[in-house]
Amino acid sequence: MAQDHSNLFPDTLPAEPDKATLEGKNKFFGLWFFLGGETVLFASLFGVYLALKNSTAGGPSSTEIFGLGLVFLMTMLLLTSSLTSVYAMYHMRNGDYKKMVLWLAITGLLGIGFLVGEVYEFAHYITEYGFSFQSSAFGSAFFALVGFHGGHVVFGICWLITLLVRNAKRGLNLYNAPKFNTFSLYWHFIDVVWVFIFTVVYLMGKVG
Amino acid sequence: MSSIAATNKRGFGAFLWDYLTTVDHKKIAHLYLAGGGFFFLLGGLEALIIRIQLIRPENDFITAGFYNEMITMHGTTMIFLAGMPILVGLMNAAMPLQIGARDVAFPFLNALSFWLFFFGGLLLNVSFLTGGAPDSGWTSYASLAMASEGHGVDYYIAGLQIAGAGTLMGGINFIATIVTMRAPGMTYMRMPLFSWATFITSVLILFAFPPLTINLFLLMFDRMFDTAFFNVALGGNTIIYQHLFWIFGHPEVYILILPLFGVFSEVFSTFSRKRLFGYTAMVFATMLIAFLGFMVWAHHMFTVGLGPVANSIFAVGTMAIAVPTGIKIFNWLLTMWGGQVTINSAMLWALGFIPTFTIGGMTGVMLGSSVADYQYHDTYFVVAHFHYVIVGGTIFGIFAALHYWWPKMFGRVLNEALGKWTFWLFFIGFHLTFFIQHFLGLMGMPRRYWVFLNDQGLEAGNLISTIGAFFMTAGTIFFLVNVIVSARGEQAAADPWDARTLEWTISSPPPYYNFEQLPLVRGLDPLWIEKTEGDGTMPPGEPLDDVHMPNGSIIPFLMSVGFFISGFGFIYQTDSSIWYLALYGGLAFSISCMIVRSLKDDYGYYIPKEELEKALKGEAK
Amino acid sequence: MKGWMGKLRTFIILGSLAFILSGCGRDNLTALVPKGYGAQVSMDLIILTTVVMTFVFIVVMIIFILVLLKFRKKKGDKVINPEQTEGNKLLETVWTIIPIILVVIMAVPTVYATFHLADDSDKDDHINIHVFGNQYWWHYEYEGEDVSASQDMYIPKGEKVYIHLLTKDVLHSFWVPSLSGKLDVNPENVNTMYMEADETGVYFGKCAELCGPSHSLMDFKVVVVEPEEYEQWLDDMRDFDADEVELDAVAQEGKELFEANNCLSCHATDLQDSNFSQEGGEADRVPIGPDLTNMADRSRIAGVVPFDNEDEQKEELAKWIKDPESIKPGNKMTDAVEAQGITDEEAEKIAEYLLQLNPSEVSAKEMEVKN
Repeated sequence: MAQDHSNLFPDTLPAEPDKATLEGKNKFFGLWFFLGGETVLFASLFGVYLALKNSTAGGPSSTEIFGLGLVFLMTMLLLTSSLTSVYAMYHMRNGDYKKMVLWLAITGLLGIGFLVGEVYEFAHYITEYGFSFQSSAFGSAFFALVGFHGGHVVFGICWLITLLVRNAKRGLNLYNAPKFNTFSLYWHFIDVVWVFIFTVVYLMGKVG
Repeated sequence: MSSIAATNKRGFGAFLWDYLTTVDHKKIAHLYLAGGGFFFLLGGLEALIIRIQLIRPENDFITAGFYNEMITMHGTTMIFLAGMPILVGLMNAAMPLQIGARDVAFPFLNALSFWLFFFGGLLLNVSFLTGGAPDSGWTSYASLAMASEGHGVDYYIAGLQIAGAGTLMGGINFIATIVTMRAPGMTYMRMPLFSWATFITSVLILFAFPPLTINLFLLMFDRMFDTAFFNVALGGNTIIYQHLFWIFGHPEVYILILPLFGVFSEVFSTFSRKRLFGYTAMVFATMLIAFLGFMVWAHHMFTVGLGPVANSIFAVGTMAIAVPTGIKIFNWLLTMWGGQVTINSAMLWALGFIPTFTIGGMTGVMLGSSVADYQYHDTYFVVAHFHYVIVGGTIFGIFAALHYWWPKMFGRVLNEALGKWTFWLFFIGFHLTFFIQHFLGLMGMPRRYWVFLNDQGLEAGNLISTIGAFFMTAGTIFFLVNVIVSARGEQAAADPWDARTLEWTISSPPPYYNFEQLPLVRGLDPLWIEKTEGDGTMPPGEPLDDVHMPNGSIIPFLMSVGFFISGFGFIYQTDSSIWYLALYGGLAFSISCMIVRSLKDDYGYYIPKEELEKALKGEAK
Repeated sequence: MKGWMGKLRTFIILGSLAFILSGCGRDNLTALVPKGYGAQVSMDLIILTTVVMTFVFIVVMIIFILVLLKFRKKKGDKVINPEQTEGNKLLETVWTIIPIILVVIMAVPTVYATFHLADDSDKDDHINIHVFGNQYWWHYEYEGEDVSASQDMYIPKGEKVYIHLLTKDVLHSFWVPSLSGKLDVNPENVNTMYMEADETGVYFGKCAELCGPSHSLMDFKVVVVEPEEYEQWLDDMRDFDADEVELDAVAQEGKELFEANNCLSCHATDLQDSNFSQEGGEADRVPIGPDLTNMADRSRIAGVVPFDNEDEQKEELAKWIKDPESIKPGNKMTDAVEAQGITDEEAEKIAEYLLQLNPSEVSAKEMEVKN
């Protein structure tokens, strides 16, 4: 039985190595559809949040606790990481594996920076204001929405680390290029969701 | 590889291992049909118990608590564990063949979808053995589900969450398959209606399941971690649950019916020897129904007190769905008009569907009239209505599809005589059971009633209804007998129905790689075109070459076992923290499976050209 | 073909026979014989939509039967390849336009009726009753009357009565099929509807939203009386004092047992100690168990158990007091009764006492006997 997979490892990569194979195309479309589902997932959580954001049951309200400084910093970190992942994909299409890894690593570090900010923020709410996901319906909805997004960031970083470790010594080929590409798409999605969270939860919450 | 070994005689162990590790869409279809079929029998048994309890007034055949478990599990099982999986099974069996593909886009994910469904369903049903199944109705409305004691509702949450994840993956898989893997010449507007329905249904799954996922999460957090989403004292709101549930729940109805609209289109067209009447209109009607399906969820909530504006909008939207559905009914009738209509078992189910589903559609429009619904809502009228659409549409359609594709899936033709017995018993039993329930509802019998009281004029109707249920049971038994008898029956030809679409161009059952060469499609109903204008065989759409195939894997099975175990952890961690061991242990196991999967490169394998050439020559003989 | 039709015909005959046998259901329960304004409005729409839809069904069936008669392949017929019609623009347009017209015919009155029934602008000019759902019984507060009652809701004939619904525990739904459509009883917001009964009588009410094991036993009655009887009933309820009832020895013993067993901590026996002068609608004020002020006047024990005479009534009530679980599984009295350990004899004495609580001549029991 022919077990020759050399077609996956050409000497020179095509212009779009991520979509050169059927598997690559499938992964690309599959991830897009997955993100469609994720959009509805977050839309549901946004709906719940908007319905419950004034149900503080005597507990702290959004205007009391939110501080925009830290959140703004977090937003900048995450948006920059989106940009760096674009650089990474640019280098992938040029077949420059080392630069791609470099930019992906920077993306990951920025993501970790964002997470540190979020953990600090949550801890701050709980210790300073006694505001947790059990305090009120508002608390539940806030931590569910923002925490769910945070969970996505955590998952993304784990995914990225696995990808980088796994392919550290392999270089770029038609088998793993789609994997890097799908990660980058997912990462953009997380950023877009955060922009909505920043607007709907923090800005609108602070303004009242 | 393993699939080649499968064609040889081997022991049960090898057979089992083959199915545990398979990523072949045709075998996964078998698994779905077996799993869904098992749960269908279970759900049917539960239905029978319900009907026996209601055979006479103030009966005490089962206790009130157990009755509520029965109605909950009957609904949940039939929708999530029987209806949808059997449909996904049919899609797996037929869709890749119909569009001329060798497999689905993500064969590994396909296997994972099945095992997640299976273990989710198993988890849900384990609750019977561990002190009580869920008892808050298949809707599991927040206020009652919050108050429900024991772990029943926790099982509901965990089981559906796991099974739902599988379904969602399946949806994505089918969409990607149809987008990227259609055979040369198979444009969108040449796809058979069943493949179209699969496509549109998958989109519905993709957008409808996430709200359910979120809803179950919220309920889980409230029940297990004391959050306040539905706790009114802390500002929570239980109406949110109802909205999210029906934003999922109404499209779910269309998920259950649209694939069968596809099946009926195939069956009517094949057995009338005519092309589908108004193909384009049918495609767009299906899309319109799917789209409107997302716009009408609150007609399940007319009595919640949403106010006249919301009620009016949703009432009008609901009635509007009658228009595209009507288009479909008339197109089917006109497909038969002027054709040569052969009536066999598959066709009988399709013909039985027309009056039955029309009645279900009628009552649907009647229910859409919000003020009339103040009377219908949550009574046996509604029970009758949704059984007319779900049994009259989905179950009739499943039976039609099984009789139609059985030869393709299993290489045997089902027995005609037994098939007709199945149909008549089930059809008569169905109308006997459910027609009278329209009137029971209006006569003042709400649904989910453990007993109805003496002397309230409800005795005769309930008795007739229970008798009908026994007829349906008999029909189902005839079908099982048919399956067993036919296993030794007539070997199926490649094209036993003189049909029109690509799946009938290859042997029954098809080889594991489906097509030696992908066919070139020259129009709608490609096989019919070749029969009438060509030599009856498909021209090749690609040169003969090595065929790339995916490797089998046990990982989907193992991963699902991990989630199954962590499901128990979630359910019982409120009792004792030792269960965190199961929760995290199971999750860790599943995640390690995932890591193994991504660390180990899997390039698949190739079937050499020579082997395919040999197979082609064999067919030519 | 013949078999198909034959069986369909048998089925239709059987079905309609059964329907005729059972009629339209029991008077004062069935929605098919409306006796109130809301039910009438719903019934009008039910009839309109049924007629329109039956027309559609008949059209579909005519084409269906014609197809089967004309185009069925008979035994011995040669296999042919019929003409492969793609479609027919005219036909397809017709069966798109006509359904749209039919939908409009049904939608306009529906929207009108929806807004009409939801209009509660005149509620201050009418009787307002606050209804509270509980697992598995109902409680009513008559706004501005200092009167409350459980299980049986008394309303005057021919008058618009506004009903404000709120649940103390889980979701319920308030449905009196003969008088009006249903409305959910939510925990977070008060839902308002109105009723107007055309005839006096005892009407059956049902809970229509799954609320636990005894969901099917959460029946209640709406007692429609003449307006002056209604006023009399309100006065009688208001003035009734359980301590002033003349009791025989057994009933007196029952009263002492009732008090000794802490029954009063959940059940009121008159309205003397309650404070209903507050603004209506606070769920916190609803007693833990049903108000027993007019216990003797009810036509059912626990809303569901019927009786023919007073002996039977007492017997059934004693049975309930001893073992409520056997009558309404999952009810909240079971634990209390078990904790108190009430004997058969004690239960009978308590029942004897409770059946002395009949403040008014206007009573559901009397009316149902007359029915």
